[in-house]
Amino acid sequence: MYVLARRLVFYAVTAYVAITVNFFLPHMMPGDPVETMIASTGGQLDSRSVEALKAQFGVGTGQSLWSQYWHYWGQLFQGDLGISISKYPSTVAQTIGSALWWTVILVGTATVLSFIFGTLIGALVGWRRGSVLDSVLPVATFFQAIPYFFLATVLLYLFAEKSHIFPNADFKSYDTNNYVIGWNPGFLGSAISHALLPALTIVIASIAGWIVGMRNMMVTTMDEDYVLVAQAKGLPKGRVIYYAARNAVLPSISSFANALSFVVAGSLLTELVFSYQGIGSLLLSAVQSEDYPLIQGIFLIITFAVLAANLFADTVYVLLDPRTRQEA
Amino acid sequence: MNAPVLEISDLSVDYGFGPDAVHAVADATLTLRSGEVLGLAGESGSGKSTLAYAVTRLLREPGVITGGSAVFHGDDGPRDLFEMDGEEIRALRWSQISVVFQSAMNSLNPVFTVGNQLTDVLRAHRRGMSRSERRARAAELLDMVGITEDRLRSFPHELSGGMRQRVMIAMALALEPRVLVMDEPTTALDVVTQREILQELGGLRERLGFAVLFITHDLSLLVELADSIAVMYAGRIVEHAPAEALFRTPRHPYTEGLLNSFPALHGERVVMTGIPGSPPDLRGLPAGCSFNPRCAHAVDACKETAPRLLPISWEPAEPRRAACLLQTDGFQAPASLTRTGLRAEEIGSTR
Amino acid sequence: MRILRNRKTLVGLILLAVFVFVGVFGPTLAPYPPLELVGKPWESPSSAHWFGTTQEGYDVWSQFLNGARSILIVSFLSGVIATALSVIIGVAAGYFGGLADNFLSMLANIFLVLPALPFLIVINSYLPAGNKASTALMAAIISVTGWAWGARVLRSQTLSLRKRDFVDASGIIGERAWRIILFEIVPNLVPVIAASFLFTTLYAMGTYVALTFVGAVDVNSPWSWGSMLFWSQSDQAAESGGWVWFAAPGIAVALLGTALALLNFGIDEFINPRLRAAGLTRKGLRQAGLGRRSTLGLTPVVRRTAAAAAAPADPTVIVEETV
Repeated sequence: MYVLARRLVFYAVTAYVAITVNFFLPHMMPGDPVETMIASTGGQLDSRSVEALKAQFGVGTGQSLWSQYWHYWGQLFQGDLGISISKYPSTVAQTIGSALWWTVILVGTATVLSFIFGTLIGALVGWRRGSVLDSVLPVATFFQAIPYFFLATVLLYLFAEKSHIFPNADFKSYDTNNYVIGWNPGFLGSAISHALLPALTIVIASIAGWIVGMRNMMVTTMDEDYVLVAQAKGLPKGRVIYYAARNAVLPSISSFANALSFVVAGSLLTELVFSYQGIGSLLLSAVQSEDYPLIQGIFLIITFAVLAANLFADTVYVLLDPRTRQEA
Repeated sequence: MNAPVLEISDLSVDYGFGPDAVHAVADATLTLRSGEVLGLAGESGSGKSTLAYAVTRLLREPGVITGGSAVFHGDDGPRDLFEMDGEEIRALRWSQISVVFQSAMNSLNPVFTVGNQLTDVLRAHRRGMSRSERRARAAELLDMVGITEDRLRSFPHELSGGMRQRVMIAMALALEPRVLVMDEPTTALDVVTQREILQELGGLRERLGFAVLFITHDLSLLVELADSIAVMYAGRIVEHAPAEALFRTPRHPYTEGLLNSFPALHGERVVMTGIPGSPPDLRGLPAGCSFNPRCAHAVDACKETAPRLLPISWEPAEPRRAACLLQTDGFQAPASLTRTGLRAEEIGSTR
Repeated sequence: MRILRNRKTLVGLILLAVFVFVGVFGPTLAPYPPLELVGKPWESPSSAHWFGTTQEGYDVWSQFLNGARSILIVSFLSGVIATALSVIIGVAAGYFGGLADNFLSMLANIFLVLPALPFLIVINSYLPAGNKASTALMAAIISVTGWAWGARVLRSQTLSLRKRDFVDASGIIGERAWRIILFEIVPNLVPVIAASFLFTTLYAMGTYVALTFVGAVDVNSPWSWGSMLFWSQSDQAAESGGWVWFAAPGIAVALLGTALALLNFGIDEFINPRLRAAGLTRKGLRQAGLGRRSTLGLTPVVRRTAAAAAAPADPTVIVEETV
């Protein structure tokens, strides 16, 4: 548990760094952030929103950078991420909130599926080394090298636009004309059918990493004596593979952090291609409309989500590897 | 003599395949008798571990068995282990032949508890047992080697080296096998622990009556422990005799050299002779007898003909064999290799 | 060199060479500049325009040939910078330990966890428009997010090397720290550094293409395959029949990535000998009459042929190395 506490502290520090960078970035760029924003909307902000923006960015209020910084923190703790320029007058928090769930469900499910199937396949490929299964590796590598968005576009074209198997040609995350958000079967069905292609994209593009990582670790683990002992004990083959895999999977879990960063990147692009209304699409439209408060808000939220996922992975690791539970 | 439980005949094992293969074991013939301890001694690289693992079909890649047979006398009668398929071998593994590996730290799975690793064989081979029965049996096994029951919940990294080795032994005896193969089980331990474990092993043998194939590079260990000893050199068995006979009256120059390499704790100080030179590279063995370059008694014939493991020509009734030309008809072995029935004190080289 | 014997590495190298060729000579070989009106919109591939034309009437083949250079420059430059950073930080952390290690490790972990693409998008969005076109700046920014993984790996390798006797010996005879690092430790790390370099370059390439595709960097200058992807996507190329316009750069990126990944594979197998096919290859097994590779826990039994067995006690066997 000591280990987990240390990780928690680390994540807190990272969050702090992210928030600080987020604050200082606009101030490091040449020019006045608020002026830039006003200009980008063509001067169409009323004086009250300009005041609000200035308050948020601490411009022209005569406050020192430090007090602006503290002010920023205060706002954060109140859940105030500022006001969105492009979606004015919605706040950033509101805008993000409506998009966040879509992304979490899509990316979360796809990542979990990719991890599970990837490690299973990797374990098998590693176990049956030298057999036909080895050819899975270069194929998987090729798919991993394909940019997410390219794969997404191909899949979109083939399965949605050309053949209408999936409904994604309407470029939404569910059929807005017929269904209302809620726990009704029509909406759920539509949401799921819209989510399948993007999820498939993410899975195909990311699974290779898990397969290769697990396979390499499996091959290394099979060299260990305890795997030979398991065979010597006359245990059934499935059990022996499980004994080896249970050890081999540990590095995959600990490298989850790195992997997640890639998945987040890929999901962003996938959402763009499918016009799936999640955080990714939101971020990109925010960039295009130079909606700085929204950009910063999204970046923070994504960072926090990634940190939370990492903490989860760390917990799983501690549960699976008894050696970490030794009090230092 | 007891009935044989494992008969190895003309076993040959290679590493690799084709013309580049390395002959790790060549034409080995051994018999392990029920309830007895057969010691397999030799230097690193002599092939002793290779032999033992090959017999149990546990040899890792690129090991290949290229000849011979290993007949095991189990519950279903004599069967050649090399003629059996995977499922048959799996069934008799651990329940009839079990193995204690060399390094217990690496042999125990780090992510499972000790109890789990003791009961998994019960789950695999004794389907009828209930969970509490398995647990009780696991506790009983630990008690047999002097470990408390609460350790069932421990993980391997929480145990000391001696305890881990004891767990390995308990694990190996879980199904009360006929044969226990032990690969240098005490090499990594200090001498005190070593002694304790060997004593426990002796007690367990008396209780349960299993046979032991004990592999070691330490010949002196085998003196008290083994009933018979086989000495290996460069992949071949060069001498096989009852323990005391081998110790007091060696018939092969290599055995003689080994015995002369141990200083005695008591008695006069003597000049250590040892064996000049170093073990050969298995990829480039000398012509004729593999030992001849280092042998103090070699003659010209030794460079041409490779000796076979045969009974001693001048004492054919004795249950011992040696692979030395000097012990065959037409040759005269030196005095040191033809001693008979001397008492321990006159040699002064036992521990 | 033994590395080159590995088939994967060879394929990777050849592919990479092709792309480097395109990168160096592409712009010269291209018939037109990428953004010059030279034909009717949406022309299919023909002898005049090998890859057809875009929605505006630009030549796709020229766009394609021009697209490799900036990607290669940014990727490799970024790889170099990031690897240099990772070597400095990773080895220093591993060698000096203590407070420096704690701090540097924390730094590396922060950058590892921070989601890279959103971070880069944010940075790029704040850049003044002119700077968004600079290749060198791009490379530098991307490498900021790419050094952490290599640093972590190098740190753990350095840690284990440091405990080895030969490093101790150097310290005892009075070698100074930087000399020990440079002459004793780093030479042993070369394979790991090489693998890290390839991996980082691959990452940089993917990130740069993604950033261009998304529009976070200047889409028209420098021209890259990412630009092609951006424009073909926004002009709905797939639906309008200009599928080559969007397929060619995508496949090219995938192949370049595969080339780097294959090279990485090869080096991985070189570093970790257990991953190499050892001893019994499939060909050898088939010669022996065995079905497939032996599984762990069941040593195969292969009887020697009668001819070979006829010479029983001939131990004069001089053979070559097996692996």
